Amino acid sequence: MNKNQSTGLLFELSRAGRRCHQIDGVVRNDASHAIPSRFLADAPVPLPELGELDIVRHYTNLSSRNMAIDTHFYPLGSCTMKYNPKRHERMVSNHRFADLHPLQPASTCQGILSVLHEMEMMLAEIAGLHACSLQPSAGAQGELTALLVAAAYFRHRGEHRTKVLIPDSAHGTNPASAVLAGFEAVTVKSTPDGMVDIEDFTGKLDDSIAVFMITNPNTLGLFEGQITRIADMVHARGGLVYLDGANMNAILGIARPGDFGADMMHYNVHKTFTGPHGAGGPGSGPIAVRSMLEPFLPVPRVVKRDGHYILDEERPLSIGRVRSFHGNIGVLLRGYFYIRTLGPEGLANVSRHAVLNARYLRSLLLGKLDMAGSDNCLHEFVASLKSLRRERRVSAMDVAKRLLDYGYHAPTVYFPLVVPEALMMEPTETEGPETLEAFAETLIKILGEDPEMLRTAPHTLSISRPDEVKATKEPVLRWIAG
Amino acid sequence: MGYLPHTADQVEAMLNAIGVRTIDDLFSGIPSTARLNRSLHLPAPLAEMDLSALVASIGRGNRSASDLVCFLGGGAYDHFVPAVVDALAGRSEFVTAYTPYQAEASQGSLQAFFEFQTLICQLSGLEVTNSSLYEGSSAVAEAVMMALAVGGRNGPVLMAPHAHPHHISVTRTYLANLGTSVETLAASSDRLDLASLASRINDQTPCVVVQHPNVLGNLEEVDEISRICKEKGVLFIVSYNPVSLGILKRPGDYGADIAVAEGQSLGSPLAFGGPYLGLLSCRGEHLRKIPGRLVGQTVDRHGKRCWVLALQTREQHIRREKATSNICTNQGLYALRAAIHLAALGPVGLRETALMCLERARETAAAIRSAGAGEPLDGAPWFNEFVVRLPDTGPVAERVVEAMAERGFLAGFPLGRWYPGRERDLLVAVTERRTTVEIDAFAAALAIVVKSG
Repeated sequence: MNKNQSTGLLFELSRAGRRCHQIDGVVRNDASHAIPSRFLADAPVPLPELGELDIVRHYTNLSSRNMAIDTHFYPLGSCTMKYNPKRHERMVSNHRFADLHPLQPASTCQGILSVLHEMEMMLAEIAGLHACSLQPSAGAQGELTALLVAAAYFRHRGEHRTKVLIPDSAHGTNPASAVLAGFEAVTVKSTPDGMVDIEDFTGKLDDSIAVFMITNPNTLGLFEGQITRIADMVHARGGLVYLDGANMNAILGIARPGDFGADMMHYNVHKTFTGPHGAGGPGSGPIAVRSMLEPFLPVPRVVKRDGHYILDEERPLSIGRVRSFHGNIGVLLRGYFYIRTLGPEGLANVSRHAVLNARYLRSLLLGKLDMAGSDNCLHEFVASLKSLRRERRVSAMDVAKRLLDYGYHAPTVYFPLVVPEALMMEPTETEGPETLEAFAETLIKILGEDPEMLRTAPHTLSISRPDEVKATKEPVLRWIAG
Repeated sequence: MGYLPHTADQVEAMLNAIGVRTIDDLFSGIPSTARLNRSLHLPAPLAEMDLSALVASIGRGNRSASDLVCFLGGGAYDHFVPAVVDALAGRSEFVTAYTPYQAEASQGSLQAFFEFQTLICQLSGLEVTNSSLYEGSSAVAEAVMMALAVGGRNGPVLMAPHAHPHHISVTRTYLANLGTSVETLAASSDRLDLASLASRINDQTPCVVVQHPNVLGNLEEVDEISRICKEKGVLFIVSYNPVSLGILKRPGDYGADIAVAEGQSLGSPLAFGGPYLGLLSCRGEHLRKIPGRLVGQTVDRHGKRCWVLALQTREQHIRREKATSNICTNQGLYALRAAIHLAALGPVGLRETALMCLERARETAAAIRSAGAGEPLDGAPWFNEFVVRLPDTGPVAERVVEAMAERGFLAGFPLGRWYPGRERDLLVAVTERRTTVEIDAFAAALAIVVKSG
């Protein structure tokens, strides 16, 4: 099929007078009988005018210009691009869930409230912690919420703590969230192995530290062996440990953050628990906390009282709300269905096979690519293409772009920042070994290809190497007529 | 069970290639003191058929807006979503795609987001729109943060008294540790009291936030508010109702500097509160402060028109602690839904929808009044949501809502939950979906319930 199918913009397809959706029965084509004219628009909103087939053809063609999990292998480190089960889509679209109004009386929606209550308990159990809030809309908002909870906790105790310690290998949302929560973000160095540099950490740990944020397994896919010692040191200084749960896919049912010293964590339901990525969301970032932090969690909380579930807003120590209504319920439901599908052994098998796949893929590439971090990777690993860059002036980005030609979405590139020319690969557990073998073979082949061809890849997609500098220096962020 | 493709033979071969004996050996890097030595305490697994049955039975504990006729609003609305939205946005090439960092692999979504940005600029009348935020209240908080980033003003953020309580609560939460306070202005006749604004605004005010129509459905005097803000050089932030723009003047046209909205009414199911859609648009001069992803148009190395994520240096993955916001994942799929929904409505469909909401709401108010069920408050102009003052002699709104649910209606929101002292005020919303038959039945049922004590 022609990959260059016309992709005129919606606005270029517009024809005056074309209609799609119609509302019949409007009596008066004029609002001024009800609303004073100073509030009324002079002209209709200048939206495009399209027929239904125009719209259907346009978006169907657009969809063919995407890679997606359903069509391609996506070994994106730190993103957990696992299969998104179709049964979730059917169940979530059941009108008894899809058509629930967030403000309807609790007596009319005990079903959803019981699910949310149960989900909180399941997430607390998996975390090894005590209480959850399902409200945060994504991982970053989960981080912010937990840090605000920590700030409220310390304020309540009369303690003035101003800093958050964050490893330099952390995801960018960590320091961004710390600053939003009113803290100073202090960076802790990593060892060449990607572990916390204990000396640097010890030097920076003092009584002004509110929280130590850690991703574990870390962003090189390695389990921080010293985590319990590090957590003990933070607790000895009166601080809290926050776990960025982006990499939970490695340790479900294997190890629990609450057991190895975390006091708070967030989940990325759109990673670990199959919420579809939707080309950029929606996500869901519920948090789990140790019991002393529960009073500060956002309201409302789902509670069971006299045999009924209600949404309780009477929480005097709560930080308040972080969003309208209750959370990205649709995403949380998919996570709930997933956990109910797998059960305890099924969840542990997710992690076992996620790690098996990553170690296997790494073993296929060992010797052909320089690896960062030790052999003991969990669900993801990082390779460095630094020597390729040096010897043949081929960058990690060039290799990533060439992989697209072979029908693979590129791995994560240039993250974590501590590895030069980084290529981070997380196959996830839903791929079979034959996919990993074919991918490894392709990647190795690419490393030997003509450098000039690699620098101008991809060659078989609809576009190649968009000018990002131009996009930023001369921003064109909307279509304008004429 | 689950979605694992591995056969036992394959697992064995893989373990051999890796050089370990068992899968458990792969976890040797985790200290034994950190290992969980039991199964998770979770319910036993369920095959698809059994899970479906369970979900159906849980569903029977819910009565949704498909079972109960919905006159409930308060920030989430029962609008009709044409079938094309589900059909197109449900395509798995959109649903299971990743964030479009690799532009060549994501032209479908990138073009769709560029179109979305354009459509929301057309809707709001402002020059720049991002590719979504989480939902309407955190969008307000992000807009306030943009205003604070301009800097140099140390006074409190001023918010209109009938901005949605969630807008106010979330803004307070976001600002709690940033050294800036939030104050609500005074009200008169269930709207912002303009004298209160004029007396409290000064050159230390970072911004003024107004919701229009406000949470009670009333229209605020936005032209005058805009004038007062401009006089003091204060940023005017408005939270708008997207459907209302089928007939009301656009925020850009009445002088808003930043316009945010809850985009749920553009193609999102009610879904018990989320996922929804945060919209944010602003004047061009605020571009560098805008949070979240922006899609920009450019050319590729062959000169072909294409789209990429632009101005990423604002964002957390590059700027880290100096980013304009911490947002990473946003509401991509729901921005797509909104774009398709707006494309399907077009200018005439949007206007028809707004006019129908207006008419049906007035029909409802009249029916309630003539049935003796209560008195719709009429002290200010309103769009499609209004307050019914229930009779003193009958039950409070909270009890009325419970009784009406038994009779097959989501009757509205009991305002006493948000405003102490308003226990006999019921907030009623009417969309284009409500028919005359439903409206008459609603008014009749309400009349019975308010007399039942």
